[in-house]
Amino acid sequence: MTAPPSELVSFLVAVGAILSIATIAGQTLRSRVAPDRTNPVIEEINARIASWWAMVVLIGLALLAGRTGIVLLFAVCSFAALREFLSLTRTARADHWSLLLAFYVILPLQYLLVWHDWYGLYSIFIPVYAFLLLPVLSALRGGPDRFLDRIAETQWAIMLAIYCASYVPALLNLHIPGYEGRNILLVAYLIFVVQFSDVMQFVWGKLVGRHRIAASISPSKTWEGFVGGVATASLAGMALWWITPFSPFVSLSVSFAMCLAGFAGGLVLSAIKRDRGVKDWGYVIPGHGGFIDRLDSVLFAAPIFLHIMRYAWSLK
Amino acid sequence: MIEQARLYLYNAIARVTGAAVSLFARLITALRPVWLGCEPIADKRVYFANHTSNGDFVVVWTALPPSLRSQTRPVAAADYWLASRLRSFAGRWVFNAVLIDRRPDMRTENPVDQIVAALDDGYSLILFPEGKRNTTAEAVLPFKTGLYHVAAARPDVDLVPVWIANLSRIMPKGEIIPLPLLCTVTFGAPLRLNEGEAKADFLLRAANELRALAPVAT
Repeated sequence: MTAPPSELVSFLVAVGAILSIATIAGQTLRSRVAPDRTNPVIEEINARIASWWAMVVLIGLALLAGRTGIVLLFAVCSFAALREFLSLTRTARADHWSLLLAFYVILPLQYLLVWHDWYGLYSIFIPVYAFLLLPVLSALRGGPDRFLDRIAETQWAIMLAIYCASYVPALLNLHIPGYEGRNILLVAYLIFVVQFSDVMQFVWGKLVGRHRIAASISPSKTWEGFVGGVATASLAGMALWWITPFSPFVSLSVSFAMCLAGFAGGLVLSAIKRDRGVKDWGYVIPGHGGFIDRLDSVLFAAPIFLHIMRYAWSLK
Repeated sequence: MIEQARLYLYNAIARVTGAAVSLFARLITALRPVWLGCEPIADKRVYFANHTSNGDFVVVWTALPPSLRSQTRPVAAADYWLASRLRSFAGRWVFNAVLIDRRPDMRTENPVDQIVAALDDGYSLILFPEGKRNTTAEAVLPFKTGLYHVAAARPDVDLVPVWIANLSRIMPKGEIIPLPLLCTVTFGAPLRLNEGEAKADFLLRAANELRALAPVAT
């Protein structure tokens, strides 16, 4: 195992400082407005901040552990996300084998391929071979009712929860001249910018949000929140140019693209929740809901970030 | 002396096995208990649940706080749980099940008497009033009469409806490997037999209370 790059420690300290400020602000707000913990908005914000601490410690440890840590962390996240997604789909008994295969074979194999840096296979393994094989298993078991619905829902679940999530650790495979040994910072950069965009969209939306973007999909997504959140997070991404191979201006542009993708992810996964009549994907992360509620934006941003890097910066 | 040692050994193995089964159920399903209509307190109760999977009483048992778990016994079919030595050990020692014979012609004991005796001994019970696993598209099958007879024999005991969500997909009948999906166990408001309530009315009411806990059909 190689030592983590020095910038990683500075970066984690900076994130810790931001969270400390948020914690103090949240506690001050509670003591000023509702010390008896009766204001649901303030309580939700404080629960979210507490969960952020736990998530940052976990992600920070994985980043410090390097390649192994990040691959394992995202494999576990994929498992939890797939579990949440498939819990809301309408599969039938005939799908039992194909779903077992998705959890116990396809998921570990995809991460093994990412681990081994086999881009030629991990980029097509799920969208070509898994998607061809799984419906065969379901068909062999009989049960043609809503067959197309069932395989489509299963494939979209696997696409997001396994395939897209695995593009985060895949960033470790890039070969960028002059940036050797520091790829782990790209993972930190992606997660930070996209999550900061989510947080800032929430904050701007609560402060000045008036005009809803898609009221029938999500009551909390407003144009004011979107513009304020994306702008703030893109600027934060620019300020982080020193952990990337980019100049400050390029860092601003890349962050902007990731924030747009992240917003799209949040919107699409909200639409699915709305269709299924649930507020959250799960209940594991206090204040946030499930794993997918937190990962939605990362799932959309990760492949786009990887491909930008791969075609414009990487030698391979 | 040797008999005493054997009991201790069985007890120890049963405890460890029970903890392992609960842990496994939690890892697979991220099991979530939701106490909607009552609190998890040490009242004497009959928990009655929908029955779709082999794992049903394990998740209800696991959803209870540990302090209540040791005071709660599942009511299970003797013909299934005594079919092999392993099942017999699990049924008798790990889950401390009240084993009843489903075949009326073979019975030596009346199941309702067995259940009432367990209540009188201070235990709460987990009961599946549909009588068998539901593999139909219906949310719940018509209840057998057992729940009514228990309610009539001990009208001061709370009957708590319990909805187990998703377990038929996690562990469908005939499958061996569980699918790791989320499972929620929802505890509803207790009910009792009303004075003068007819058997059919009571069973219908209980089934409806249970069905009402199911999430909106998708």
